[in-house]
Amino acid sequence: MNTDIAVVGFAQAPQVHRTSATTNGVEMLVPVFQELFAATGLTRRDVGFWCSGSSDYLAGRAFSFVSAVDAIGAFPPIIESHVESDGAWALYEAWVKIRTGEVDTALVYGFGKSSAGELRRVLALQLDPYTVAPLWPDSVSIAALQARVGLDRGLWSEKEMAEVAARSRADAAANPYAQLSGAVDVAALLEEPYLADPLRTHDCAPVTDGAAAVVLAAGDRARELCNRPAWITGLEHRVDSPVLGTRDLSRSPSAAAAAAAAGIDGVTVAELHAPFTSQELLLRRELGLSDAVRINPSGGPLCGNPMFAAGLTRIGEAAARVMDGTAERVLAHATVGPALQQNLVCVMEGRS
Amino acid sequence: MTPLSAPLEVGFDYTRSLGPVLGRFMTGLRDRQIEGVRGSDGRVHAPPVEYDPGTAQPLTEFVAVADEGTVESWSWMPAPLEGQPLAHPFAWALVRLDGADTAMLHAVDAGSPDRMRTGMRVRARWAPEPVGSIRDIACFEPLDGPAPPRPEPHGGEPVTMVTTPVHLHYEHSASEEESRYLRGLAEGRLLGQRCPECGKVYIPPRGACPTDGVPTSEEVELPDRGVVTTFCIVNVPFLGQRIQPPYVAAYVLLDGADIAFLHLVLGCAADEVRMGMRVEAVWKPREEWATTVANIDHFRPTGEPDAPFESFAEHL
Repeated sequence: MNTDIAVVGFAQAPQVHRTSATTNGVEMLVPVFQELFAATGLTRRDVGFWCSGSSDYLAGRAFSFVSAVDAIGAFPPIIESHVESDGAWALYEAWVKIRTGEVDTALVYGFGKSSAGELRRVLALQLDPYTVAPLWPDSVSIAALQARVGLDRGLWSEKEMAEVAARSRADAAANPYAQLSGAVDVAALLEEPYLADPLRTHDCAPVTDGAAAVVLAAGDRARELCNRPAWITGLEHRVDSPVLGTRDLSRSPSAAAAAAAAGIDGVTVAELHAPFTSQELLLRRELGLSDAVRINPSGGPLCGNPMFAAGLTRIGEAAARVMDGTAERVLAHATVGPALQQNLVCVMEGRS
Repeated sequence: MTPLSAPLEVGFDYTRSLGPVLGRFMTGLRDRQIEGVRGSDGRVHAPPVEYDPGTAQPLTEFVAVADEGTVESWSWMPAPLEGQPLAHPFAWALVRLDGADTAMLHAVDAGSPDRMRTGMRVRARWAPEPVGSIRDIACFEPLDGPAPPRPEPHGGEPVTMVTTPVHLHYEHSASEEESRYLRGLAEGRLLGQRCPECGKVYIPPRGACPTDGVPTSEEVELPDRGVVTTFCIVNVPFLGQRIQPPYVAAYVLLDGADIAFLHLVLGCAADEVRMGMRVEAVWKPREEWATTVANIDHFRPTGEPDAPFESFAEHL
């Protein structure tokens, strides 16, 4: 059994509003894999386990993830798996696979061409199929209902939400992969019309096409592949009820439970997968992150939200701070489902 | 050149059985009553849940709730999307019905966001033709207007199934390599590509060689003749079938290609088709050509001697 497992590599495709590439991700993934092989010295034949996260609903075609395997070059036969979820959950599966001792390396990837369909409608299909999905409530409207609960209770304000957007855009200026970046004025943002009252456009992640990949390795293998691996000290995921009307939408008990189980004390950087400004404010409260914790130095999902890759990107971005020596202990968070229903927390640290 | 793309429509009527809890709820809606279910902690869930969200106990005690309630949260939809309850601007709301402890997500026909506020009172507007679906509640409306006449209960057999039509619209893109292949077809040419690592020729060309994971690059024009590697005789009629069964769907390996593709073999009796048979393309009239492999109507036998098994054994 392997107990010491680290992120040793991370690469991503540019986050763009619309790629001309296919929905099977191959064109976005091939260069990402090449970059990871160059950085780690691995070849595709060295990878013990491959695991991906993507969605056929997003692609509009059955088994799109099987087409994506072309990007790997799957001969001789490989050991491969897939989750119909964000790539962060594929990373969880790969982490378990390495822990069993069966393999000592894994390459995890996530991809999504969100622009191929109507993302707001596609995401309605993740809702309860009997009493909710037949009404086609879209993802932005549901996030708006959640934002209103916090506004009504005075937990956050529209100004604080705009400040999250402005900070994210400013930080994204240093991220060459970001879809949106630059200086924006909070007062000007608050003058904008509502997209879905109480959410304005800046409160919502853009529709983004993209892909990301992370290499995991165990023990000495990790030290061979990376000068400063980002060792995973906690990786946990939890889920809340799918029934929106039974939840207190101002809370995310599953995020808090995942963080408590993972052990987040001492983190100085947190990459939060909050596709809406109000959700970042909710998560900061729920995880108990102090103002000293640097939130989303990459710009976060508000500046580029490739579906099924954005959570994995948070893990990669947070790990990159450890690998480049700018942080000692970091937190990455990923979410899927409506209104922060399911949450994953990954804590990583450097070791001298 | 820009890759080719085209609209892709995906539609399906999902038909689901309901079980005892949701079946009773939908039957109630058809009869213009809303029933919740009492949870392990005594709270009333409306809509009902089959299992308690805290204890996971199956829930069986039904409780009638009102068709009026209180808005717990709302958002405004200025440009409704296809399939949503109202075609004109409306509010989404979490409505806690009187007698319930949880909220129902639905639409409120308020006319303007100025009429919406948390805590406001709303009542259900019933659909004129109930069928046993959440959409039997057409929407909610503010309680400040005159009460509409309550429609007569509908009655009938218990509702056991619900049908939900799903229609999604996509713009499907071909890869750059596939686009070259499709544009070649429009000129009556068969364009494959060779993998720079293993040297195999793929038609249609791929974004990445499935063996090596690298993009195919060198273009290779292939002849419109080859060999049947394997085939099946289609005897079963199905929706959308264009040819009267029996007929032959075969994998055709073009001369010089390393991957076979599926096409029809006609021009002889189905039971004469065999592995190794030499075939050639029969093209549709040139004026019908488009960016599609359907430009080749079918393949037909050339009459040449069969290819030896060893010559295509690697391509099965």
